[in-house]
Amino acid sequence: MGYFQPEIECASREEIKRIQSEKLVKQVKHVWENVPYYRKKMEEKGVTPEDIKSVDDLHKLPFLSKDDLRDAYPYGLLGKPLKECVEMHSTSGTTGKRVVALYTKHDLDLWHECCARALVAAGATPDDVVQVAYGYGLFTGGAGLDGGSHKVGCMTVPASSGNTDRQIMFINDLNATILCCTPSYAAYLGERFKELGYGPDDIPLKAGIFGAEAWSEEMRRDIEKNLGLKAYDIYGLTELSGPGVSFECSEQSGMHINEDHFIAEIVDPKTLEPLPEGEQGELVFTAVDKEAFPMVRYRTKDICKLIRGKCSCGRTFIKMAKPMGRSDDMLIIRGVNVFPSQIETVLLNNGYAANYQIVVDRVNNTDTLDVQVEMTPEMFTDNVGEVEERQKKISDGLQSMLGIKAKVSLLAPKSIARSEGKAVRVIDKRKI
Amino acid sequence: MSIKQISVFLENKPGRLKAMTGFLAEKKIDIRAISLAETKDFGIARLIVDDAFSAVNTLKENDFIASLTSVLAIEIPDEAGGLDKLLTAFADTGVNIEYMYAFTSNKKADHAYMIFRVADTKAAEAKLIGKGIKILDQEDIAAIIE
Repeated sequence: MGYFQPEIECASREEIKRIQSEKLVKQVKHVWENVPYYRKKMEEKGVTPEDIKSVDDLHKLPFLSKDDLRDAYPYGLLGKPLKECVEMHSTSGTTGKRVVALYTKHDLDLWHECCARALVAAGATPDDVVQVAYGYGLFTGGAGLDGGSHKVGCMTVPASSGNTDRQIMFINDLNATILCCTPSYAAYLGERFKELGYGPDDIPLKAGIFGAEAWSEEMRRDIEKNLGLKAYDIYGLTELSGPGVSFECSEQSGMHINEDHFIAEIVDPKTLEPLPEGEQGELVFTAVDKEAFPMVRYRTKDICKLIRGKCSCGRTFIKMAKPMGRSDDMLIIRGVNVFPSQIETVLLNNGYAANYQIVVDRVNNTDTLDVQVEMTPEMFTDNVGEVEERQKKISDGLQSMLGIKAKVSLLAPKSIARSEGKAVRVIDKRKI
Repeated sequence: MSIKQISVFLENKPGRLKAMTGFLAEKKIDIRAISLAETKDFGIARLIVDDAFSAVNTLKENDFIASLTSVLAIEIPDEAGGLDKLLTAFADTGVNIEYMYAFTSNKKADHAYMIFRVADTKAAEAKLIGKGIKILDQEDIAAIIE
């Protein structure tokens, strides 16, 4: 297996640290001068750009979180004038306001570069046909892998998500060798191929890059068996550009972080103190190269650990383990970020009291979202059609707030358990 | 005069209907007629009982969603064409029926009793009376069964 940029991907630790330090100093100066929102945070903490001389000083800087992105929505964290920005993507925010991330040409370039590294790590060469079955649009999945595939020089099939039979037709007819999509969709495609009578050897795919949601090793084995390919994980978030912040290599034991662009830290989610390498905690990233949306010490709320050590693939980038959970209550459902508070907002807007329960499950490899609400006297009539109409209004509201379909179940009053302390709002039955 | 029907929300789950009838039985409430409207996810039970207020109260006390709905009760002869004749009056006066159900009584074995839910009970009543149709009241209903 080759590398997209061996001089960086296999650089010595000293070299990586030198690059990181140099870029960090520059980035801190950039945000100090161009992002008043972050400058204020620095001033409050009593830090100036002069205090940051190398990556060892990273811990002196203030954090950013999704709440900051909400407060600064939409342009408050912009590090470049709008005329230099050329693209935007968006993801859910905590209370309905979406996170809006902008990119300059330079930002797109480095993002696509990260995705290109992931593709090459999965074996991509210009001879490959890459079918991108991630959604295109506001979601970063499609655009990121599409750009990466172009960079490698692969023939790119911008299939976008959905329309399974057409996906299968293109894979077969165009001889697609690499598939990019969410793991649940890959599993679904695998099932569909099987139903149609295809064995793994009948399918031209040889590798797949599957991310944007959590998946188990068991699921990986199923996908690999049914599609006859090697399945690689990829990690990223819109706030940091999108997929490609880290990626798996042939060893399939953790994802190499693109350390020349993103500096990773693990902190204690309660005290926010940095934890020693190898310990589990909240993952924090500093994007040292991004101009338009320069995230410094951005709290991902993903809980995981970093793995240092020689990798058989030859890359020297540190690896991160699959995230084990979240330090907040965000759910990832069908690749989409969902906060219980968004669901609550929709319910309250529709006149339902705040007693509800969210049940997430995975049925036939697809995530299901069931929002259970208790019926109230105000919402009840003896007319089935009217009650159904109100039920539909909620599910339409949820669809427009979350961007995914949700089932709304009406339950008998007091059937959702009241708890003494914090209510149990979410029941996640998925085995990941 | 319309009569009171009780409408009860039922979660689509085994045992919910039984829970409802259990509470009514405890209060010795006699069910004269019942109809169940169901969807994929939930059901609505509609009942005519001997004591609608007590029934609603006991259900509410036991965490059911129950409400009183005004419906029209009409007696028809239990014979071929009986319902058709009545519905002619509805059609002629332009009264739209949202739902209906029926019950019989051994007290007047040659008659059947139709319950109608319409959008505007008062307006429908006036129109039907104009066609010579007798609308039963709570006392009439009580007399039929006791």
